[in-house]
Amino acid sequence: MIDPRTSVINERLAKTRQIIAVSSGKGGVGKSMVATALALSLIKEGCRVGLFDLDFTGPSTHIILGVPKNAQPKEDKGLVPPTVEGLEYMSLVYFVGDNPAPFRGADVSNALIELLSVTQWGELDFLIIDMPPGIGDAVLDLIRLVKRIEFLIITTPSLLAFEVVKKQLALLCELKMPIVGVVENMKMNNSDAIKCESTKLGLKYLGAIAFDSEVEASIGNPAKLLSTAIGKSMDKIKKAVAGTKGDSKCHLKQ
Amino acid sequence: MHEWALAEAILASANQIAQKEHLKTVSEVTIRVGELQQVEPPILRFALKQLCEGIFKDTKFRILKAKSTLKCRVCGTTWKYNPKKLDKATAEAIHFVPEVAHTYIKCPKCGSPDFEIASGRGVWIEDIKGVKAV
Repeated sequence: MIDPRTSVINERLAKTRQIIAVSSGKGGVGKSMVATALALSLIKEGCRVGLFDLDFTGPSTHIILGVPKNAQPKEDKGLVPPTVEGLEYMSLVYFVGDNPAPFRGADVSNALIELLSVTQWGELDFLIIDMPPGIGDAVLDLIRLVKRIEFLIITTPSLLAFEVVKKQLALLCELKMPIVGVVENMKMNNSDAIKCESTKLGLKYLGAIAFDSEVEASIGNPAKLLSTAIGKSMDKIKKAVAGTKGDSKCHLKQ
Repeated sequence: MHEWALAEAILASANQIAQKEHLKTVSEVTIRVGELQQVEPPILRFALKQLCEGIFKDTKFRILKAKSTLKCRVCGTTWKYNPKKLDKATAEAIHFVPEVAHTYIKCPKCGSPDFEIASGRGVWIEDIKGVKAV
């Protein structure tokens, strides 16, 4: 018995120049907000961008983006994601709506493989993947199946968050996975602890995003999201993301 | 046509197996399609025929169905998947991503969505026959 699906995954992503998994060992640190803001911000630069919500049990990028309820992928030799706010946008919500998706590990793997093997992305400069928290099935499957994956790590200033994130970093470093850098989200103090710790680990510290109470009000309003502290902090992150490949076609402002 | 993407995957995978087994031609590929995903064999066969070339030029594609069995992890009840009980939109969602069955189907005995797809989930290659290169 051979599962044929995994053999086409990298072919499906062949026209995508960079694949960035926005990830964190810890939940609630703002991965989805940062992933969405990064994707929208790259669109503003003239890049072709896809956003893939892989957080099957807790998807939220569709809410942040305000994806219309009637948006659906089109069937054409697979599934072609609809364009939302200029992004090719894929999520399990097309298939489950607002209902819960109580998946166990094997189900997460299977659904992830299914969507990776049937989604027909166009030519993309960047595919941004909003990851579920932790170092479970989704992270391990992407490492196993997607050859050119790079990780952008999100943490908060909390020691509690960063201690968990450090476990993820240790795993990624051990597996020699490319890490674009570490972003410190929701910063409310002047401590440079996360910056020091990141640098000590040999990782790029891509700056702090100040806690901004306006972020909540931007949910469902992508233009507003880009005017919050998260949106305004994207410049350094975009440059770091694009800087990992020397042949950026969308000419990010340096 | 979602079956097209699955046909591409089947051929890519069969090609990898053929290379590993040093097959110069492939005479037959047996494919099993699970009931849960509701893949249409005629559409899949059409896509395979449109896509096949090279070592698959004269390949016979056998497409066999597999019954889908679900087993509740809470109370142990085993039951057969019955697509006729679902509306069109739900059946289509399960067709694209079979795991979303956990969203729409519950154990008939205890009502839990925590069940195992014990058999007949998706599409897999069961057997490949061909002629080895000498």
